[in-house]
Amino acid sequence: MRAVITVVGKDMVGIIAEVTAIMRSHDINILDITQSILDDLFVMVMLTDISKSKVEFTAFASELTALGDQMGLKIHVMHEDVFNSMHRI
Amino acid sequence: MLNSYDIMETIKMIEEEHLDIRTITMGISLRDCCGEDIHRVADKIYDKITRTAERLVEVGVQLEAEYGIPIIHKRVSVTPIALLADACTSADVTVLAKALDRAAETVGINFIGGYSALVHKGMTRGDRNLIDSIAEALTETQCVCSSVNVATTRAGINMDAVARMGEIVKDAAYRTRDRDSIACAKLVVFSNATEDNPFMAGAFHGVGEGESVINVGVSGPGVVQKAIQRAGDCDLAQLAEIVKRTAFKITRMGQLAAKEASKRLGVPFGIVDLSLAPTPAVGDSVAHILEEMGLESVGAHGTTAALALLNDAVKKGGVMAAAHVGGLSGAFIPVSEDAGMIDAVRAGALSMDKLEAMTAVCSVGLDMIAIPGDTPADVISGIIADEISIGVVNNKTTAVRVIPAYGKSVGDEVCYGGLLGSAPIMKINTNSPAKFISRKGRIPAPIHSQKN
Repeated sequence: MRAVITVVGKDMVGIIAEVTAIMRSHDINILDITQSILDDLFVMVMLTDISKSKVEFTAFASELTALGDQMGLKIHVMHEDVFNSMHRI
Repeated sequence: MLNSYDIMETIKMIEEEHLDIRTITMGISLRDCCGEDIHRVADKIYDKITRTAERLVEVGVQLEAEYGIPIIHKRVSVTPIALLADACTSADVTVLAKALDRAAETVGINFIGGYSALVHKGMTRGDRNLIDSIAEALTETQCVCSSVNVATTRAGINMDAVARMGEIVKDAAYRTRDRDSIACAKLVVFSNATEDNPFMAGAFHGVGEGESVINVGVSGPGVVQKAIQRAGDCDLAQLAEIVKRTAFKITRMGQLAAKEASKRLGVPFGIVDLSLAPTPAVGDSVAHILEEMGLESVGAHGTTAALALLNDAVKKGGVMAAAHVGGLSGAFIPVSEDAGMIDAVRAGALSMDKLEAMTAVCSVGLDMIAIPGDTPADVISGIIADEISIGVVNNKTTAVRVIPAYGKSVGDEVCYGGLLGSAPIMKINTNSPAKFISRKGRIPAPIHSQKN
């Protein structure tokens, strides 16, 4: 299964490092990543492969949400199909 | 890779614009639960529902977490209970309502629909017993919803049933007088009722349906309103195009949830209901869409035209996004469940007559409207007869869910909280239709029903 991770918030040092550290600990691979900064707003979108991971999807998602709360960022983890079905015919 | 603009758009819809799956409703056939002994039937009903829908809530919660989209309700609809009541020797059908209520509680859902009768042409003994029991059943249960289909375009209008339903609505209001007559919020009178409607209070599992089915209702008035707002001063054809595109995206989400729920539960997918269902929350209002289109207030002249455009565009956008479309499909205009409608009624901008006109061009009908508690039964029957006629003549589903709030009059409000919201008591025409209603009999089917 592939999941899309989005991170939005105020730019600061170490956002990608913190997010990817959690992913690494769960054996989650990054397939693609884009990142931009608009008026100090950090926006990152990652496509990830979570099929090899042993962690429950919901547990992983709440771990990242908690990290987001801690760092003042909005982090979402959602199944890739949501975006495929909404934006592709 | 997906376009990050698209990804952020979806997240914004969910986070800020109230996009959600309004309901995943499992339809369950109870036709194999028939029997003469009503207590035995009640046990069979309870067992079948709790067995079939055992994992419904669990799967709903799972999908919500994985797809990151809120699924507000998980619900169950069943075969119209009047069909089972026919075989029972006992006339006290409330035993079956209580079984439905217990089953809903065990499964963990907030509403169960199907305490229903289809009497558009006539009534059997079971139909009569069920209708007679509705007020008591809705008073003594929490989760049970009831509906009665009193007309179809093919059969005409059963005015005996219309007259009787006026009395039942009054009785239901009286019996729950200490709770703002809440029983009436769980009772719908239909014309051309649909067999696969996932929305309460009118959901039931039609006789043409299979053993069980998954139907999904989507929602997103806030998303449509924001899209129109962003478009600025475009003309109406462009505005319709924006609504279509937005409805397409919303519906795709519903289709995905329906397909996945169906797969995980091992229950066939039925339909997606292309609906714009408001809630009392700020930013989740159909009235505010109409106002965003350019009306000073919903209820202004021009409201019916704006609503017609909206309803049509929602369907055009949604149809392509879903494999099967059904249910009520259209914009809902309940008063108590829509912040913009409530404000318009309070300000005197939206009248009962305008609401009736609006129902001619959208789904579904006079919905969640509080009227004075001293309204006579025959006036309520008159309201039902008018609304049902609109459905019969226009070949569409219409419905009436009015609340003659006991002890309250114009200027007062009823307040239920939660999704049912609150509603100011609306002024109605008090001239009596008593003689017309008491004639009873059937209003013949309109000429254009003769299509064969």
